[in-house]
Amino acid sequence: MSPPSLSLSDVTKNFGPTEIIRGVSLTIAAGERHALIGPNGAGKTTLFNLISGRFPITAGEIRLNDTRLDGLPPHRINRLGLSRSFQITSIFHRLSVFENVRCSLLWSRGYRYSFWNALGRQRALNQETERLLEELNLADRRDVQAGLLSYAEQRALEIGMTIAGGAEMILLDEPTAGMSHSETEYAVALIRRVTQGKTLVMVEHDMRVVFDLADTITVLVYGKVIASGPPATIRSNPAVQEAYLGALAA
Amino acid sequence: MSDAAQTPTLRVMSRRHAAARTVRYWPWLAALVVSVALPWLFYDWQHSRQAGFVVSMLSQTGMMIIFALSFNMLMGQAGLLSFCHSVLFGLAGYATVHLLNAAGDGDLPVPMELIPLLAGFSGLSFAIVFGYISTKQRSTAFAMITLGIVQLVTSAATMFHHFFGGEGGVKTDRVINNSLFGLDYAQGIQVYYLIVAWMLIAAAGMYFHTMTPLGRMANACRDNHERAQFVGYDPRIVRFQQFALAGFYAGIGGGLYAITYEIVTFDAVAAPLAGNALLMAYIGGATTFFGPVLGAILITVMQSGVSLMSNSWLIYVGVLFIAMVTFAPGGLTGIVLEHAPIARAGLLRRLLVPYLRIALPGLIMLFGFVGLVELLSFLTIGMAQGKKFVLFEQAIDIGGAGPWLVALVCLLGGGFWLTREGARFRQVWNSLIDIARPAEPR
Repeated sequence: MSPPSLSLSDVTKNFGPTEIIRGVSLTIAAGERHALIGPNGAGKTTLFNLISGRFPITAGEIRLNDTRLDGLPPHRINRLGLSRSFQITSIFHRLSVFENVRCSLLWSRGYRYSFWNALGRQRALNQETERLLEELNLADRRDVQAGLLSYAEQRALEIGMTIAGGAEMILLDEPTAGMSHSETEYAVALIRRVTQGKTLVMVEHDMRVVFDLADTITVLVYGKVIASGPPATIRSNPAVQEAYLGALAA
Repeated sequence: MSDAAQTPTLRVMSRRHAAARTVRYWPWLAALVVSVALPWLFYDWQHSRQAGFVVSMLSQTGMMIIFALSFNMLMGQAGLLSFCHSVLFGLAGYATVHLLNAAGDGDLPVPMELIPLLAGFSGLSFAIVFGYISTKQRSTAFAMITLGIVQLVTSAATMFHHFFGGEGGVKTDRVINNSLFGLDYAQGIQVYYLIVAWMLIAAAGMYFHTMTPLGRMANACRDNHERAQFVGYDPRIVRFQQFALAGFYAGIGGGLYAITYEIVTFDAVAAPLAGNALLMAYIGGATTFFGPVLGAILITVMQSGVSLMSNSWLIYVGVLFIAMVTFAPGGLTGIVLEHAPIARAGLLRRLLVPYLRIALPGLIMLFGFVGLVELLSFLTIGMAQGKKFVLFEQAIDIGGAGPWLVALVCLLGGGFWLTREGARFRQVWNSLIDIARPAEPR
């Protein structure tokens, strides 16, 4: 089965009288690695919040393949196979690293709200959790309270919790923000590995990461898409250079 | 194990596994043995009878353990501060009175041993109704709705006589002559053993619950309800189901209450009882599963024991609660657990002297505080009751300035000394923690 595609048509979001997203139309093809870039306040995170159902949209339409997402609550969108991470690390800080990952697996493994299964006896679930911990390089930290992890480890856990449920559409919000150079390199490799064969959309400020990972880039400025295309086209687009890259270079 | 081809390591591992399983079960066995044996330690051999006071105190402790544990399913495990937990307990108690009356009349062919289970189901039904309303919200809004519910039901309990019996409550007779073991439950000790059995069943059930997907997601929603949504869970349904199950266990407690006292009044649904659950869970330690057990024992003993010695026991409970919230938010079990890294590093001995150094001024301050409270209490209530203030078998003259002065000096002097020793203690503690716990990599 091929991973899903995502399409936004004329999506608008107002907070009170202020228009934050001003008619965004965007298609993210199946299996694409799509980067969303733009200056601060352009509405990148807001767009993620709209797609993932955290905020309702004011007008327009969002579809995952053919299923309409707008109007659905976040947990339903997640169950349809769209999973997101957060710019500000959002984990279960008092639970152990192991529990964090296992909790992220539960729904997709069909446990629902079960109060009759003993978690300790779910061999397949626990093995999958261990496997993910290995993959995230967090195996030796499995029993540490998640809130006590280092920043980079928490970011890795954040990505792990996002991909654990097996969602085919992954939205990562600034996965490498605040990381050192080597941590960033490690995170990029991790993202590349765990999103293999999935559709990936990410907000990212680090241009090296963007040009390294993405095969399509969309530039958002003041709630509008000003350009969308392969990295080479975006790099040479004068409007983009003026609005964004140029500002950085200056 | 009989397989000769099994490698030695595997055999060691399976032996270790068996050992781990024994370790897991021994607290339960210990609880069983202790609760069965306890009343016999106070047995009156001269008159060949149980010590009534002890048995009733132990019975009360047993039902409060269930109540506090079920309260903590909400507070400690789901982050839901419920002020209406008494409603679930008390309404199940009322229901049980009616069930017992029906059973006594021969209309309900259910043996006594299973009545608490029916009480649990009535608690569950009430929890479904009230949970549906309250769990729409979380945190502060949830707490406020539950506060509304407890006021509503308390006033309903005095208004609607058919179910609640008005101010006087409803009465029953627990001798229903229907038992799986041929017991009549006329004696307190028989009821106590019924309570012990159900306490262990309920505690085991609630412990099991913490290891199920729902129980774990309740923890997750407590920590970060938003993230729970983005891993596919609806936090509202998690809260609702957790609330309903907590109501089931509270109902078992309420049923045992009705069986023990054979009367249920509006006190059993009212807010002070819910406040008691909060005290027990918090003082014992809401962050661990067994903390509330400790709290329930402590509070019940204070309630029945200290209240015999002093009129002011509630003041002591209040001060203890404030002190806990301020200095030990993890409760008593939290205090113990904080020593774990130091104990692992083998540094516990180094805390002995520092502990003695804060214990002395602490005791002096406590002596001063208790002295002042008791002097004040004897000045008013005690005098009205015609009691004498007796300390170390000596009558204290509460009219003289001496005792007041001693108490005041102890309180202030001890307090001042304690703050100085406390600062030193903290230094030692921090230095030990630094050695015990290698710095977290940033």
